[in-house]
Amino acid sequence: MELGLSPDQKLFQASAKGLLEKEYSLDRIRDMADGEPRWNRDWWRQGAELGWAAAIVPEELGGGSVSGEGVRDLALLAEELGAGLAPGPLLPVNVVLAGLVETHGTGPDHTAEIEALVAGESVASWAVYEPGREWSPVAPGLTATPAAGGFVLDGVKDRVEDAGQADLLLVTAATPEGVAQFLVPASAVGVTVSPQWSLDLSRSFGEVRFDGVQVTADAMVGVAGADQVIERQLQIAVVIQCAEVCAVLDRAFAMTRQWAFDRYSFGRPLASYQALKHRFADMRTWLEACHATTQAAAAAVQERSPNAAELASVAKSYVGDRSLVILQDCVQLHGGIGVTWEHDLHLYLRRATLDQALYGTPQDHRLRLADLAAI
Amino acid sequence: MESVESFRLRARAWLAENMPRQAGDEPPPLSDDDTSDWIRARELQRMLYAGGFAGICFPQEYGGLGLTRAHQQAFTEESIGYEMPLPLNIPTFAICAATLLDMGTEEQKRDRIGAAIRGEEVLCQFLSEPRGGSDLAGVTTRADRDGDGWILNGAKTWSTSAYAADWGLCLARTNWEVPKHRGLTMFLVPTKAPGVTMNRIRMVNGVREFCEEFFDDVWVPDSAVVGEVDAGWTVASRQLFHERNSMGGGSPYVSGRGHPRTVPKVTPLEIVRACGRTEDPRIRELVGEYLAMAAVQRQTSDRVTRAVGTGALDPAAVSLIRLLHAEGAQLSDDLAVRIAGAGVATGTGAEPGVAGRVAIGYLMRQSASLGGGSTEMARNVISERLLGMPREAAPDRDVPFKQVKQGR
Repeated sequence: MELGLSPDQKLFQASAKGLLEKEYSLDRIRDMADGEPRWNRDWWRQGAELGWAAAIVPEELGGGSVSGEGVRDLALLAEELGAGLAPGPLLPVNVVLAGLVETHGTGPDHTAEIEALVAGESVASWAVYEPGREWSPVAPGLTATPAAGGFVLDGVKDRVEDAGQADLLLVTAATPEGVAQFLVPASAVGVTVSPQWSLDLSRSFGEVRFDGVQVTADAMVGVAGADQVIERQLQIAVVIQCAEVCAVLDRAFAMTRQWAFDRYSFGRPLASYQALKHRFADMRTWLEACHATTQAAAAAVQERSPNAAELASVAKSYVGDRSLVILQDCVQLHGGIGVTWEHDLHLYLRRATLDQALYGTPQDHRLRLADLAAI
Repeated sequence: MESVESFRLRARAWLAENMPRQAGDEPPPLSDDDTSDWIRARELQRMLYAGGFAGICFPQEYGGLGLTRAHQQAFTEESIGYEMPLPLNIPTFAICAATLLDMGTEEQKRDRIGAAIRGEEVLCQFLSEPRGGSDLAGVTTRADRDGDGWILNGAKTWSTSAYAADWGLCLARTNWEVPKHRGLTMFLVPTKAPGVTMNRIRMVNGVREFCEEFFDDVWVPDSAVVGEVDAGWTVASRQLFHERNSMGGGSPYVSGRGHPRTVPKVTPLEIVRACGRTEDPRIRELVGEYLAMAAVQRQTSDRVTRAVGTGALDPAAVSLIRLLHAEGAQLSDDLAVRIAGAGVATGTGAEPGVAGRVAIGYLMRQSASLGGGSTEMARNVISERLLGMPREAAPDRDVPFKQVKQGR
């Protein structure tokens, strides 16, 4: 994705690749049984030691990045792990950390939780979607009603990534003062987690019910009226998604190109047919464009540019749509084998289809672009 | 050599003293007569020459200033807001004069480049032929020996602004016994030479910037040959390089910023505001799609230019930008039509209005994937040179051109 990487960044990527391949090959992912945990805590803790939950956290809170540009390093990591369709809570943990770091110093103190997440001792996820609803993070139906010493949470969240393994849930809630976020232990009384079917074989999601869950005022993250914090979390989520999808596309495209050289029909390789060569040329162009827009979004989010929201939506809109066009054409170029269980392509297609759907669809992001342009 | 800063200050003072300020940037009227624009361009070029600011990167011996790209950039920056001879940038200076500088004889360089810099002459290209545009090396315009000169016969087309030019670089076949790339010669031909018939081509949007030419026994002297006889492909390749470079904004011979006044396309942003459909979420999504694609085009262009610069990507990768540019331009046209809705049918009263201009622009939609090399050729380049896929079978490869089939 980045055109030139420093030796430290290359090492960061190589170490991630090593740890991923040691534990979770694509065959292992393909053969995971229903209900089997997608990853184990030990493995994630080792990843945390390599910096998987540290990049966007300042050093004084236990974090740190190899290049000094944490968002870009996080994108590099998402690329490396995405190429191998890694399981694990990379996105939910880093998105929660984005919120905690963003609000650090403005509300109740969550230093201990941040440090535990960075160390991989604790796992957190963002409880933001609600059943039957599309992306609308600042208009939650779940309510936080002020009560003695804190709040009472009532409502249902779903599509909560790794809900079954999370220790902490960052919950968006409606309060009388506007949308707010609360950091709630998954073990709190009144919290019920039930698994949800997941399209992506290496990911797991859950529905989380909050029935009169009592939290203290200290559970709040930042203050009510958290729209800007939620925006930052969204931007981090989109950068991770687009980076991992770019890597998925690199893999699928390379695999399909190789197939075109190896597969012969009518005595000549598929790669010699102009009708197919031209489709490869289109895909190669879109692939470059996906990398370009993802890199631009990562840079803007890193720099906190005034146009970071815009560039994140540009990337999600473009990569979200183009990735599916590219992957489905990779399937077509493979022929029937491309839709078999044994082939890797569906694993990539599952990841890309899921990623384009969550944290705003390409359509949602296009509407956002019109809003941001003050049309 | 004068420092860039000193040159910039001198240019700033001279421009303020001598060059007319640019008028507003309202779109030009829909007219097919731009004669006055060309007269004006020559006048402006003569003013630059008189002031000592013409041909900044051309060598002094050919009438230029012999300065660097940085000097030219400084002048261009200072020239913003002033009227400049923009129609002369492409193809006269950036493609034709640049090619002559690379490949021409001393006499050609001194006479033609000098006259162009003085604002006395305009240059154009006679490359494409009616028989086909992508297979440039297969041209069939012929040049036959005639004493100490040559006789040209054939036809050319898609010559940009040839009607306003004095000389054209004409690619012709001089040897039919050798494979196609090896029997070509480039000639410098006066556009008003006896035997040259020129027609302006009227495009579907009314613009008439392209020409077609017929050559009937047009005689040129030996001194008209650019480069070597039968080595015209080398010259044409330089032209194509300078063309791509200038399209990508990389030419040191372009002075001033912006494009000549042409009929501008209406963007989705302009039409959505003009037709007052900003509240409709269906329309807002289309606007968002346009904004995303426009940004992606810029981002990809930046990335590929950087990567080619550092060697991370093969130079053939510029075809990626070419392909994406066509896709982006066509998406813009498509979205504008959808946003304009029923408005494209009848315009505003007796005038096309904004919605009518959207519709007229839509008629020219495919020009983005045709002009400057078709996207089919770009796809060949990407698949063959970037992805290493087998080249297309070419029955004309390594075959004497006279044996190559030219039609059914």
